[in-house]
Amino acid sequence: MSSFLSDTALIFGRYARQTLRSRLQMLFGVLMPLLYLLFFGPLLTDLPLSSTGSSWQVLVPGLLLQLGLFGASFCGFGIILEKQYGVVERMRVTPVSRLALLLGRVLRDAALFVFQAVLLVLAALVMGLRAPLPGILIGFAFVAVLTVALASLSYALALKVHTPQEFGPVINSLTMPSMLLSGLMLPMTLGPKWLDVLSHFMPLRYLVDAVRAAFVGSYASSAMLHGVLAALVLVTVSMTLCTRAFRRSAA
Amino acid sequence: MAVLSASGLARTFTTPRGPVEAVRGIDLTAERGEILGFLGPNGAGKTTTLRMLTTLLTPTGGTATVAGCDLVRDPLGVRRASGYVAQSGGVDPNVSVREELVTQARLYRLGKAEAASRTEELAADLGLTGLLDRKTATLSGGQRRRLDLAMGLTHRPQVLFLDEPTTGLDPGSRADLWDLVRRIRTEHGTTVFLTTHYLDEADALADRLVIVDQGVVVAEGTPDALKRAHAGSAAASLQDAFLAVTGRSAASGDRTPVAV
Repeated sequence: MSSFLSDTALIFGRYARQTLRSRLQMLFGVLMPLLYLLFFGPLLTDLPLSSTGSSWQVLVPGLLLQLGLFGASFCGFGIILEKQYGVVERMRVTPVSRLALLLGRVLRDAALFVFQAVLLVLAALVMGLRAPLPGILIGFAFVAVLTVALASLSYALALKVHTPQEFGPVINSLTMPSMLLSGLMLPMTLGPKWLDVLSHFMPLRYLVDAVRAAFVGSYASSAMLHGVLAALVLVTVSMTLCTRAFRRSAA
Repeated sequence: MAVLSASGLARTFTTPRGPVEAVRGIDLTAERGEILGFLGPNGAGKTTTLRMLTTLLTPTGGTATVAGCDLVRDPLGVRRASGYVAQSGGVDPNVSVREELVTQARLYRLGKAEAASRTEELAADLGLTGLLDRKTATLSGGQRRRLDLAMGLTHRPQVLFLDEPTTGLDPGSRADLWDLVRRIRTEHGTTVFLTTHYLDEADALADRLVIVDQGVVVAEGTPDALKRAHAGSAAASLQDAFLAVTGRSAASGDRTPVAV
């Protein structure tokens, strides 16, 4: 157990240093949600999006998870390069724990995207967001869990493909529908019944609804319960898949 | 007892077009301090065998042990006892030589202080001391290869697996690497298992050769014995023996080292 923890810390440290070396990359992920915040957010201010809270309390939770969705889904790119350098194989022939190889990486990803989420919320506060602090912290926790889940899936897929050219289109064709069907930008309840029903098959929707609930201070709501359950299922399934991928293939 | 031994080692891949028997049953042994050359034409099953012996791929048949540890039942024991230098090396170009060596030692569960001192020791031994704080991307081909070798030796393995160790090196660096491999064997009694498609390399470096074709061992012996048995005399070229055994050259259009 102690070697598992030190393995994880070692892998986390390696990739955290890699991230710190490229400061630009650290900030780049926050650019897209920031643009939405600046140029899309003001359009919503006078619209009746929700019975409780302001339009910022609806938009910012969506942008936080958008940050996690797009950021984490593309994490696999890094490992495709590492595979080509032979780094992945070199680590797989050492006694290091397979789970630590995954966990060290996804914890770095979670740290990076929570950091970006903090920047985004600070910008949103300037724009006019007002939300309870515990709600905002719950939002960060959801970003972390979503990142761990999606980054794991991304690594599992990346271990199976050979070139970034194969990887990019697959991720794009998965993230776009996820964004639209989860109501990241606007709540699905605004739409027609069929769209609302369809979106209930998208796990990310429950996370978005939960963070919106957190931002208006309704912590004991059914939205929060469903969000927590969806997040736990998502993270368990994806980490299991990815650990198996690390144990097995990786050519 | 042999440090490395395989018996009937096999791997079948399932593909959409049916099963493919990449390795159909490899028998081989290597003693302590022996340099074993593993040769074969492209697609003979060299890489698949190597990947099984290094625990990267699970065999579908047969058994093998490294330092007494069974490949399937004790992969962790196998990993502790062996070092592996892949053809692509395995270092990140943006990471410093020191960081890679220290990380590697830590992956093999050496303590922090131990990892740092082992890094200095390896760097001194393999002529990397002045390069420790450079990024690996800035190293020359020969320096990179010495680093790759150092990475494989961090934990003082009993068996060192080298996959095409001199591909892409200039003649001077190749000769240096050969000397280095010989020295490692002499000083530490390390068993070296190397795949190559340069027959001059196999001839110069290996104590014994195993030639595989279509997933099975087709010939085995010292370079001289193979030449006598398959090409008429010990003065013949290994290329002739190889052709006689496999009916093919070692690698299509690549029988001489590059840059010669």
